[in-house]
This record gives sequence, C-alpha cells and structure tokens, in this order.
Amino acid sequence: MRNPLSKTIVDIKPSGIRKFFDIVSEMKDAISLGVGEPDFETPWHIRDEGIYSLERGRTFYTSNAGLIELREEISRYLKRRYDMSYDAKTEMLVTVGGSEAIDIALRAMVDPGDEVLIPQPSYVSYEPCAVLAGAKPVIIELKHENQFRLTAQELEDAITDKTKILILPFPNNPTGAIMERQDLEAIAEVILKYDLFVLSDEIYSELCYTEKHVSIVNIEGMWERTILINGFSKSHAMTGWRLGYACGPRHIIEQMYKIHQFCIMCAPTTSQYAAIDALKNGDEDVQMMREAYNQRRRYLVHAFQEMKLECFEPFGAFYIFPCIREFGMTSDEFATRFLNEEKVAVVPGTAFGDCGEGFIRISYAYSLEKLKTAMGKLEHFVGKLRAEGGNT
Amino acid sequence: MREKILSIIEKNSRIDLRELAIILGEEETDIVNEMERMEKEGVICGYHTLIDWEKTDVEKVSALIEVRVTPQRGHGFDSIAERIYKYPEVHAVYLISGGYDLLVSLEGKSLKEVSNFVSDKLSTLDTVLSTATHFILKKYKDHGTILGRKEVDERMQVTP
Repeated sequence: MRNPLSKTIVDIKPSGIRKFFDIVSEMKDAISLGVGEPDFETPWHIRDEGIYSLERGRTFYTSNAGLIELREEISRYLKRRYDMSYDAKTEMLVTVGGSEAIDIALRAMVDPGDEVLIPQPSYVSYEPCAVLAGAKPVIIELKHENQFRLTAQELEDAITDKTKILILPFPNNPTGAIMERQDLEAIAEVILKYDLFVLSDEIYSELCYTEKHVSIVNIEGMWERTILINGFSKSHAMTGWRLGYACGPRHIIEQMYKIHQFCIMCAPTTSQYAAIDALKNGDEDVQMMREAYNQRRRYLVHAFQEMKLECFEPFGAFYIFPCIREFGMTSDEFATRFLNEEKVAVVPGTAFGDCGEGFIRISYAYSLEKLKTAMGKLEHFVGKLRAEGGNT
Repeated sequence: MREKILSIIEKNSRIDLRELAIILGEEETDIVNEMERMEKEGVICGYHTLIDWEKTDVEKVSALIEVRVTPQRGHGFDSIAERIYKYPEVHAVYLISGGYDLLVSLEGKSLKEVSNFVSDKLSTLDTVLSTATHFILKKYKDHGTILGRKEVDERMQVTP
C-alpha cells in the first residue's frame, strides 16, 4: 500500500505539551499549574443567553461571517475599548476561536516560499499553521533581558526579501510579556520600511495589568496592513464556546471569508448569541476577572522574589515565566522532576520554542489557595535543588 | 484600596494581612491602618464564619417572618424594629418595601421554640398588626456561597 500521509503533516512535530499531559493525567492528586485557560466559568448571564437561544430554537447556521448583531457589537466594543474602527459588514469575520483566524489569515496571505516571522516563545500553533499554509516560518528568538518584547533590531535582523508577515503575539503566552506603545512604534517603522503585514494575536488584550492594552492597529499606518485577531476565550472565560474573530482591511477579509465559508461554514450559533450578551453586559465580569488575576500575579511575583528565583515581572495574560538556569538542568528535566518529586505540573518553556529553554511556564489561572500550596512545594523543590548543587 | 480590601475580606476574613498587602500591591502598614479605620467607622462590623449547620449535630431551625406593623409618630419603623432586634434569637431585621414592613430572620432550636417566639413575643407587640412565618427547609446558597457543593476543576490539566 502507498503511504497515505502527507509529507508536510508528518514532518510537523507534535506539541511538546502532550507528554506532560499524559503523565499528569495518570498521576493522582497532582496539582497542575499547566492550564492555558481561565479557571472562571463563563459568567452565568452569558451562559443563560446561550441556553435561551437554544430554547428559542436558534439551531441553524448563521451567515458565514457571523450574526450581524454580533459583528456590530464587536465593532462597538473595539471602538469603545481600544478606539479601533472596523466596519461590521465588510471588515470582520467571526471565527471558531482565535485559532481558526490564525489559520485562515495565513492561508489567505502567503504563497509558497513566503516567510512568516514568528517571535518565540509563543503559542504553539503559529509555526505549524504557517507550514500548512505553505510558508516558511522564520523564528525570532525573544530575550529575557528585553522582557521578551520584540525589538526593532531583532525584527530587522530576521527580514529577508521573502519576508511577508510578522506574527505579533502580545500580551504573550507563555511569557506574560506585553508591547507598550513605544515598542510598537519602533517595530512599526521597520514594518513600513520593508512593506510587511502583521498578524496581531491579541486574545489576551483584556488581561493587561499595568496600563491598558495598546494594539499595533493604533499605530500610524498599521491598520491598513494588520489583521487583528481576538476572541472571547480569555476575556470572558469562554474557551469551550470556540468563538473568536478577525478584523482587517476589506480586501484581505474577503479572501479569508472564502476559506472560512468553504471549510467552516460559520462559527457555532449558540456561542454567537451568548457572545452578543458578553459584549453588551460583560464589562464588569471582565473587570472582576482581571482584578483576580492581577492579585494572583502580584502574589507569584512576590513568591519568586522570596525564593530568589529569577523572573521578570509579567504585565499581561495569566502566565509567569521564571528562569531555572541556575539549577543546571533543562526545562524538560526541571518540569519532569518537579512533577515526579512534588506532584506539581508546569510546562517547560521549550514547548513554546527552543528559546524557551531555561524557563518554565506557570499559569495563574488558579485560585490563590491552590497557588499558595503549589508555591510551598516549589520553594521546597528549589531548596532541595540548591542543596544538591551545593554538595557537588 | 478600601473597596478592594472589602471585596476580598467579605469572602475571606481570615486572610493574612501581609498576604492581603502583597496581592493588592500595597504596604502592609497601610492595609492595617485602613482596616482599623474601617472598624472604627463601623464599615467593618464583624468577622463571621459561614457555617453549614446541616452538617453538624446541632439542631437548628431558621425562619423568615414577614411582619406588618403600625409605624409610630415621630419614630416611623425604627422604634418597633429596635424592639424586635433586641431579642437574641433574632438574627436579622430588614425594613422591606412591598406587601409587608419588616422581614425578621430568626433562629431557634426547634419549630416549637420559633413558634412560641412568634406567638408570645412578636405578635403580642402593640404595633404588630400581623405576622407570616416561613420556615426554611433547606439552604442552597448563603452569603454568595453555594452550600454543599465541592468545586471540581473540570479543565484538562495541561493545555497550551
């Protein structure tokens, strides 16, 4: 029999997280700090609206681009929160999570051989999506000393005459890094100079703790060359509803629309009705969750200081990314031993790119009580490792 | 800072003040001072514990009593409310809009004790026109907390 598989897909590495998932799920009473989704349930009024839509029998496809009421709410929300202007009818597409938006944006914008710049450490799907779209992913390794922000120099150094798109994943999973206005202005100059496009994944935009999120879209000359990706998973604790959206110039959205129309048809109808309510009546919930994450964030930053564990202060998302180089082991070894010896699961930084070596991702989408227990165990583990190191 | 402290201690009055300072990003002395001010001003009226008595061996009966009264000249409802809240078995007294005037929350050891209180003490007050007693059969949720439900984390344990 001939090989049934595509060479492209076989060559793609499976996610590095899988291994930990398998071990943790077999371990009894392990504490996990490895989850990349909110610990809050979707606020009740939003769920209620989803249920109501089912009761009303709204069980049909919606228009391909998504319910127009929802798109209009998204348009108002983006204006109100971030001062962005997108036309609900022509410059917006409701997708199955931010994930679909990443995929179809890349597929709509690259030809074979085009290079896509992917700053890492970052979310696991950009690289495979770029490959599946036929592009060549080019990794930009972000640095701890820059607080894992992307600098203009790093960007310029990675550009070739084939470079077409820059993926901009801020606030960042796994580092918690953000890009402030001056950081964005600096890279915008390079983007203009080399005539690049930007895929800005701002799924964590509501989770910024020091100042309000600034988008590259708000930088002069960038709206025209940016596809903005956002969604409801992190802001409104709606991961399981699978709902996101992409916004951008009409001529790009039109082509993305075709892929979406043929491959997906439309985002889940129930989720779309629920999301209308999320945007109309959910601001207080978002605020409440942001405050809770911020309290946990401060707690962890303080706990690491006490443990003398090197870590820059993350200003966004719900992750903290401490450095474990002092222990002379790889991220994978550290995470494996931590799990086996203290029964706490964290994700090795390398799951998010090779340059995540020497770091671990800790999620604070957990109650303070859980985090406290886990930090007690981390302190014990770190103490043990330091004692071992002292002996040799 | 005040509202943030209150929203946290309303749910967890046992929180360590140092920890409270850390999670709010404030100095511990500022937190201590603010708490003392709020205690003095009567913003913080006490630190209680939410107990599910159902799970203990203690026999308790709770009731909510609707009370209709004649307001008194010069005092309105205040003096009659005071008459009622002075009884130690009375847990709470609220002035209510709508079909009746005062809502009295009561706790006793038995049905009989509660009934006796209503018939002997409450109904006999001059200003009380009528009462309607509702015994509480089961508490599902109290002070914002769902009783008897254990939180289970339904998420997958490791996700990107």
